[in-house]
Amino acid sequence: MKKFLPLIIFAILCFVPFVGLSTYVMHILILVLMWSVIGMAWNVLGGYTGQVSFGHAAFFGFGAYTGGILYQHLGISAWWGLPACVVILTALSLVIGYICLRLRGAYFALATLALGEVCRVAAENLVEFTQGNMGIMLRERTWVDKTWYFYVILIIAASTYMLIKLVMESKLGYYFVAIREDQDAAESLGINTTFYKTISLCLSGVLTGVAGAFYMNYMGYIDPATVFPLSEVSIAVVMVVMVGGAATFWGPIVGALIMVFLAEVIRSLPHIGAAHQTIFGIILILIIMFLPNGVVGDFGKLIKPFVGRRTSS
Amino acid sequence: MTLIEVKNVSKQFGGLAALTDVSFVLNKGEILGLIGPNGAGKTTMFNIVNGFYPPTKGDVFLKGQRVSHLKPHTLCKLGVARTFQVVRPLQRMTTLDNVITSAFIRTKSKSHAEEIAIEILKFTGLYDDRMVISKGLPLGKRKRLEIARALATHPEILLLDESFAGLNPTEINDQIQIVKKIRTEKEITILIIEHHMKVIMSISDRIVVLNYGQKIAEGTPAEIGHNPIVIEAYLGEEHSA
Repeated sequence: MKKFLPLIIFAILCFVPFVGLSTYVMHILILVLMWSVIGMAWNVLGGYTGQVSFGHAAFFGFGAYTGGILYQHLGISAWWGLPACVVILTALSLVIGYICLRLRGAYFALATLALGEVCRVAAENLVEFTQGNMGIMLRERTWVDKTWYFYVILIIAASTYMLIKLVMESKLGYYFVAIREDQDAAESLGINTTFYKTISLCLSGVLTGVAGAFYMNYMGYIDPATVFPLSEVSIAVVMVVMVGGAATFWGPIVGALIMVFLAEVIRSLPHIGAAHQTIFGIILILIIMFLPNGVVGDFGKLIKPFVGRRTSS
Repeated sequence: MTLIEVKNVSKQFGGLAALTDVSFVLNKGEILGLIGPNGAGKTTMFNIVNGFYPPTKGDVFLKGQRVSHLKPHTLCKLGVARTFQVVRPLQRMTTLDNVITSAFIRTKSKSHAEEIAIEILKFTGLYDDRMVISKGLPLGKRKRLEIARALATHPEILLLDESFAGLNPTEINDQIQIVKKIRTEKEITILIIEHHMKVIMSISDRIVVLNYGQKIAEGTPAEIGHNPIVIEAYLGEEHSA
């Protein structure tokens, strides 16, 4: 049963557009799937390989701008951003990896934090290339209806899930976890840690970029503040994974579900909606205190009170 | 046949000379003991042979090839494996996964890596603990896991850094049997650091003694046991008379 769970969920999601949900709910579901992809991508580097990044907005934004710039300057469909960003993001990840991956722990985190900000400022100022703060707008949208966007991101999410599952059960996956657990021991066991950390970063960067390219096509408008922000992308993805459960297959997906819905609910509350960032912060602190392994990682702990009650009655 | 030759190696950490002009050779098939009082430079020597530090002066040769500029992972591929004095298992992985990870160095397929790992676990007597998360193993078994992990990389030379420290007498005897078996059955050459005199005297073929970063003696266990310089280094001057 457990083996078929991903298939069953995928099948159910395939039928969702036929239920006749409102455009708003479809929009939320698309966001959940998109955040699952970014979360799963971050999880490869931060969760499994143990290299915590606070700069994934850089990869997300690069992906989005790849599509945007292709449209703006070459006049071709922004959908070409999806394949193109694989190449661009691999190149970017190699450069970033070469510079940042020689740093360890907090220093790596700080370097990536700077990276995200550098990208935002650069995008704001390279006006001829990126249109600066005016942003890039797609003048014609591919589909008016959300159904096809939903299927596109569903396929991206499912492929991401399968790819990561495949990687984590192979030699690569074992090496990633070994690097997280003890880099020096890994090195002495014949693992070229710099090389495998770079692979992990490339994988993570490319998948995040694909999500970014999808975002460009879906939203139809990007500017530096929406695709390169620190709190709304870089920190948000860390929260998605932490809330769901780092280094678990389902963690980022569950995390995305919780965070996107929570964000919508809190923002729509009267009076306190404006303070949603504060409330997010408080939730994160509570999760770290009581569920340090996230909802998926500490699932046993979470259902314990309920299971206990059932057996005693 | 000479496997490893350490030639005039010196290592300085800032102004501190951890090793000064040390030379010795490791021959195929032998067990060479490396002893010395605390701070003599034994682990530094290991870190140089293993590639963690480059030597300040001098060179290390592996089968005639200069390797003192190579990184640990390259040396591991060339057949030099090590254990750590302070055990460093991959904590949140099971014993089996720990060994599988290091078996991947010689194979790409997971089933083959698992085969190697299971064989090694049986060899080191850890098979029954294969599903235990390695953080939860008692010290004796974690020390053995260190050895198992090193063995899974199919080394030609094994560097053991105090694999006997902190073990109880029964565990020490088990560990001695394993080390002897590694030499006889797997034909692996061993360089071992050890404080436990009974162990080092009973398993080594030759012993190199370091004191304050210098080699002060080299010879068979019997020779070392009677060497006045060694006794002085360990017990102080008055006892040597």
